Amino acid sequence: MSFRTNYDKDLKSVFDNLVQMCRHIEIALEKCVVALTQRDFELAKEVYEEERIVDKLERKIEKSCLDILLLEQPVARDFREVSTALKMITDLERIGDQARDIAEITTQFGEEEYIKKLEHIPQMAAIVIQMVKDGVQAYIGREIELARSLNKTDDKVDELFETVVNDLISIIKKNPDNAKQAMMLMMIAKYLERIGDHAVNIGESVEYAITGVLHKKNNQ
Amino acid sequence: MNYKMEINNVNLFYDKFQALKDVTIPIAEKQITAFIGPSGCGKSTLLKSLNRMNDLIEGCLIKGKMLLDGEDIYGGMNVDILRKRVGMVFQKPNPFSMSIYDNIAYGPRTHGIRSKAALDEIVEKSLKNAAIWNETKDRLKKSALGMSGGQQQRLCIARALSVSPEVILMDEPTSALDPISTGKIEELMSELKKEYTVIIVTHNMQQATRISDTTAFFLLGEMVEHNVTREIFSNPKEKRTEDYITGRFG
Repeated sequence: MSFRTNYDKDLKSVFDNLVQMCRHIEIALEKCVVALTQRDFELAKEVYEEERIVDKLERKIEKSCLDILLLEQPVARDFREVSTALKMITDLERIGDQARDIAEITTQFGEEEYIKKLEHIPQMAAIVIQMVKDGVQAYIGREIELARSLNKTDDKVDELFETVVNDLISIIKKNPDNAKQAMMLMMIAKYLERIGDHAVNIGESVEYAITGVLHKKNNQ
Repeated sequence: MNYKMEINNVNLFYDKFQALKDVTIPIAEKQITAFIGPSGCGKSTLLKSLNRMNDLIEGCLIKGKMLLDGEDIYGGMNVDILRKRVGMVFQKPNPFSMSIYDNIAYGPRTHGIRSKAALDEIVEKSLKNAAIWNETKDRLKKSALGMSGGQQQRLCIARALSVSPEVILMDEPTSALDPISTGKIEELMSELKKEYTVIIVTHNMQQATRISDTTAFFLLGEMVEHNVTREIFSNPKEKRTEDYITGRFG
């Protein structure tokens, strides 16, 4: 039995809002990728709204966490929960920005034909969306193995990114007129690659929340 | 790691009531060890046992070993010598009703020091080490009772230092003090550990995290967990420790 009712309520509110933020991130990512592959500009614009909600939640969670740190001085698992939430919202907010960036580029393509069939970029997108979902699930379900698996999955994203870069370089070499669109596709691939990195960060934060041990990379 | 004191399988009884249950804690030399736990958990009892303050309590029975530099403090060690080597500071400042100077000189005098020059030196050194020399050097002959609570507590620390102890026991030394005085005592403790081994009982979790190197958590006479303070407060191994420090029981 706890006698810190309000404190427990505040901690639960951070958790609930963080889960909600994660859900909006998943929606934003899925919408931006469908908008890109199906050239659905209206759907791309819906991503902007998701990103606004994500930003709002980020500020709300940040304020709640800072209030808890200031007023309750949490320790042990409570401290790990709050510090993890503070780290996760930074990564989630960046993922939201990157989903919006992808959506913006999508609208800039207009009716122009793609210079190549989109193959590896949708593959990257599918993997990073799953990574973000896994990160969120690891956080909600306290699933340490799932959190740890994200680092390895990210290697596949990096490989695909290399492939996209090489493909686009070849396309530009063949016809420099393709450079503008190639650069835009390159940026999309880079955003997806960064989203993978943020998902790895989320996995590490979740690992810390569960074990209290900072990831080796952070210890160096 | 050198251990200044060792508490080995200690069981303490007040008549039929068992106040400490098979407690084992090594006390690292020149470090600050914090004892935490709810009221009645046995932490102050253990602290007092370390310089045999429980000897006078009728019906108090101690089993197990408490060692100072490997020597059993209950095995024939002279109690006066023990209390000289292991000093104590209490929860409420308790200066003697005499001058600041005499408060500090009292202990050394009882240990046979009579020379004024030697006593002057001890008084100055003790007050300096307790970070209260600048506030008292011009009023050494004034009554200690005229000092503020925070000053009185630092005077009591200076008094404990005056007989050159090796270990200082502190039983909630700042619980009656305001935040500024508390800050001064905490800063002083960090200085003291360069020369002394310090054991502190505290109910203030933030104080334990700020000043101690290791922390031991007690519950119902049992020492539940003893570890590096950072570990205790970031990643305790025992659920009972976690429940206590996060304010949850059950």
